[in-house]
Amino acid sequence: MLEALLVMALGSVILGGALGFAAVKFRVEGDPLVEKIDAILPQTQCGQCGFPGCKPYAEAIAKGEADINCCPPGGEDGIRKLADLLGREFKPLSGEHGIEKPKSTAVIDENICIGCTLCIQACPVDAIVGAAKQMHTVVASLCTGCELCLEPCPVDCIDMKPIPENVESWKWKFPVFAIQSRKAA
Amino acid sequence: MLNNSPFVRKPASVQMVMLKVLAALLPGIAVYVWVFGIAVLVQIAIASITALVAEATMLSIRKKPLRMFLFDGSALVTAWLIALTLPSIAPWWLTVLGVLIAIVIAKHLYGGLGQNPFNPAMVAFCALIVAYPQLMSQWPAAGFTDAAAELQAIFGARHLDAVVMATPLDALRTALHTPEAHATVSGVFGSNAAFGNIGGKGWEWIALGYLIGGLWLVQQRVVTWHVPAAFLGTLGLAALLANLVSPDHYAGPLFHLLTGGAMLGAFFIATDPVSGSTTARGKLIFAAGLAFLTWIIRVFGAYPDGIAFATLLMNICVPLIDMYTQPPVFGYKGRDAGGRP
Amino acid sequence: MLRQLFSFNGGVKPAYNKEQSNQMPIAVAPVPAELVIPLHQSVGGTPRPLVQAGEHVKKGQLIGDPDGFVSSSVHASTSGLVKAVEPRLMPHTSGLSALCVVIEPDGKDEWGEISPMPWRDMEPDDVRDVLRDSGVVGLGGAVFPSYLKVNPGKQGHLDTLVINGAECEPFITCDDMQMRERGETIVRGAAILRDLTKATRVLIGIEDNKPEAITAMKAAVTTTGESRIEIVPVPTRYPAGGAKQLIRVLTGIEVPHGKRSTDYGVQCFNTGTAYAIYEALELGRPLISRIVTVAGNVETARNYEVRIGTPMREVVALSKAKPDTDRIVMGGPMMGFAMPADTVPVVKATNCILVGSPTLFPPPPPEMPCIRCGECARACPTDLQPFEMYWFSRAKIFGKAQEYNLFDCIECGCCAFVCPSRIPLVDYYRFAKSEIWAREKEKESADVARKRYEYRIDREEREKQEKAAKLAAKAAETKAKLAAAGAADENKALIAAAVARAQEQKDRG
Ligand code: SF4
Ligand code: SF4
Ligand code: SF4
Ligand code: SF4
Repeated sequence: MLEALLVMALGSVILGGALGFAAVKFRVEGDPLVEKIDAILPQTQCGQCGFPGCKPYAEAIAKGEADINCCPPGGEDGIRKLADLLGREFKPLSGEHGIEKPKSTAVIDENICIGCTLCIQACPVDAIVGAAKQMHTVVASLCTGCELCLEPCPVDCIDMKPIPENVESWKWKFPVFAIQSRKAA
Repeated sequence: MLNNSPFVRKPASVQMVMLKVLAALLPGIAVYVWVFGIAVLVQIAIASITALVAEATMLSIRKKPLRMFLFDGSALVTAWLIALTLPSIAPWWLTVLGVLIAIVIAKHLYGGLGQNPFNPAMVAFCALIVAYPQLMSQWPAAGFTDAAAELQAIFGARHLDAVVMATPLDALRTALHTPEAHATVSGVFGSNAAFGNIGGKGWEWIALGYLIGGLWLVQQRVVTWHVPAAFLGTLGLAALLANLVSPDHYAGPLFHLLTGGAMLGAFFIATDPVSGSTTARGKLIFAAGLAFLTWIIRVFGAYPDGIAFATLLMNICVPLIDMYTQPPVFGYKGRDAGGRP
Repeated sequence: MLRQLFSFNGGVKPAYNKEQSNQMPIAVAPVPAELVIPLHQSVGGTPRPLVQAGEHVKKGQLIGDPDGFVSSSVHASTSGLVKAVEPRLMPHTSGLSALCVVIEPDGKDEWGEISPMPWRDMEPDDVRDVLRDSGVVGLGGAVFPSYLKVNPGKQGHLDTLVINGAECEPFITCDDMQMRERGETIVRGAAILRDLTKATRVLIGIEDNKPEAITAMKAAVTTTGESRIEIVPVPTRYPAGGAKQLIRVLTGIEVPHGKRSTDYGVQCFNTGTAYAIYEALELGRPLISRIVTVAGNVETARNYEVRIGTPMREVVALSKAKPDTDRIVMGGPMMGFAMPADTVPVVKATNCILVGSPTLFPPPPPEMPCIRCGECARACPTDLQPFEMYWFSRAKIFGKAQEYNLFDCIECGCCAFVCPSRIPLVDYYRFAKSEIWAREKEKESADVARKRYEYRIDREEREKQEKAAKLAAKAAETKAKLAAAGAADENKALIAAAVARAQEQKDRG
């Protein structure tokens, strides 16, 4: 009787130890759902969703505190992907957070810039280079188009310019050919 | 905006494909008329008109371009197949009902041309045989070609009891399934006027007509050899094996191949591209499964011919078959993925 | 000796229409009034312009410097004055513009300094540099920089070097005519490639509908006395001239998508490229012109040697377009691209200017639904299931389309050619591919943005902590000071108090 109890106790200790070890060893870093949602969000980090960046919004969605249609840069496409991931119904972008705009980058008018560094502090992805009292420039390939640098500029020298289409970024359109109207029949 | 490349195209069209299928049916139909009289032509006419009216109605309800789809020929193929699988002296409304089921339910409710998962003609056949088993098994006797009497039967003025008889498949199965009769295959053959030398009397010749048309379709590359070969091969093999085991209880391969809808099924029903498998290996599996189920239903089932039910059953399996029979892509076959010969 | 040939599945036999343009010898197109030379003419990065408006350039002078590892030089194709370096309409279906060097020829057509390269004594890497600086790219239409392909692969030598003279596209005869008239140079170029890639054998594959070219090339091999070079007629079937298909036909090897053919011991160059390589190395001439077929809806279809940058309109004028012309296509009828205007320049990729009319290339009848007939799958030379890819591309389920190997599709157009429902299948693949690429790019930049954002947050956090630490340190310091000051006061007070007490006692006493 006692032996049996001992064996059982030993077994559970070993099992428990193994489980505990596995839990430590194979611990899932972070919350996978949040990561997955974050992977869909456009990483513009603009805060239009009402959260200070994409990750916090992702966390809020995962917790069910925020709806999936609050990210204007992600647009319809993003909402559709989120709906797919979370098994929710697709809904159009909620108007209160803004509208989907063509992708743009910020351009600093270097003749006006006074080198105040305020935009540098505002840029969430460090896409603006320059030092105090020297003119600043936006590294276009890094700029996410979040518009956060517009507000703080004291001399209003930053403009958003839509990214022009070029021969390489041009996309083939969905093939549409006029289907004969029924009148033709 | 002008179109993009390729700027040249082969002069192929859906219409042409469908017209070729219709043309390939003609030899079989000619023999049919010769054996069973002109009733089948009347049925084809009824079915065709119904099909076109139903198609036009559905197209306008679904707001599709009428001219483009109405004459693509697909509705006519469905209609002809229904007319050819129903008894030629079936009342006119049975044909009309069948075509309506095929076009309205099996085709358009599933999204129209190209979208139907089930063969429309076979859906109609199954629905009718379940609903009207009696009417669906009354065929004129071979050689009965009294046009007036047949027309009267179709349009409901007279019942043709005197000349009506079950098809050979039906007769054989009924006889073999009745334990008291102690029937044997050869016995039934000898005693029933419906049987000819090999299959049913007259049916053999019709089957031959379909075979000729079907071979022409293969030669025209409208259908590939896979489906007919696998279908006829499997059906023949199943019948042969069973016949070897017990010749008294199972009819031989020639009987199965030349009776009922076997030839029609091999070349015209199982080859329907929309509801069938698309890969080469998939086609072999699809047709073999179809033939085997057909044989099972013919021999053990309660219905005279099994092709219709077997087709629907196999239609369900098509996505799965296709998924597992994807051919290797260029560069991914051969021993190492690099595909040295 | 009959060589064993292999075959690829699928393929089609469109009307070849080659007799139109291969009756007359190659003519040299005159220098136009204005040359528009796009900087971006090959796969890879856009070269940087090296000249400015107002500068004078010589023929063959470098005007665009390769940018990045995959890129190729661009040269002035005649001498003259640079009028502008500005965006001009590109020979591209998009109708977009890109940076071009516009040259006004001075009529002298003077070569700059050119000299033959002692390539036999040079290091392989240096030879590749010469080829890059000569702007030699694949002239079959793919315009992949050739210097990247001239390498013997992992095993140090190639088994087979394939020279592609198949030219399977209807209407096009530029390789055909070049092989007939300049076969020797092509064979010499092939010999150079053979030596550079250390190839055991060279197979020049030519479709058997070009008997004259085959004879001419065989004669060229004999006259040049080059060894290990063999002319192999291959059966005529589109797209036998696809690089992968030709490699398969000649060697039996199938090179999978995304793999380098050198890994399998083969490499493939176009005959025109072999010609250009000879010119670049033996004569020191950069690639500034190419043979272009003008065919289709014209009075006299013919091949021309055209300077890069010549407006297509001027070349077409030599052949006289018929009045009902409605489009200009660059390339053949199977894979060519409709041009936005006839003013776009001839570039290195222009093997053919196909003039179209509504009768020659009638607009396709309306698209019908797919009936899953499988014709397209039987015609596909890559053994794909085009209708499945079409289905998913159309539904914009791109992941599934990729699972059906969308990116193995070579856009040969065989599937759309045979489809009885006349679905513009290739358009759907182009659409799906460019969407997928755009998404991948977006994803990449999002990943960069995420990393940078996280980095910034970290940094801010660290800075905050550092600041806080500094502040804390300062606070502690002041506190200590204050405390010290306070202690002093206390002392004073104590002293004062003591003094006061002492005084009191004195007073009492
Ligand atoms: S609105 Fe979208 S892009 Fe902007 S911070 Fe929120 S999730 Fe990120
Ligand atoms: S530069 Fe301006 S718009 Fe661009 S990412 Fe930085 S803050 Fe946003
Ligand atoms: S050829 Fe056209 S209709 Fe036939 S399966 Fe392919 S895409 Fe569908
Ligand atoms: S275009 Fe693509 S899918 Fe169509 S036949 Fe060519 S390789 Fe196959």
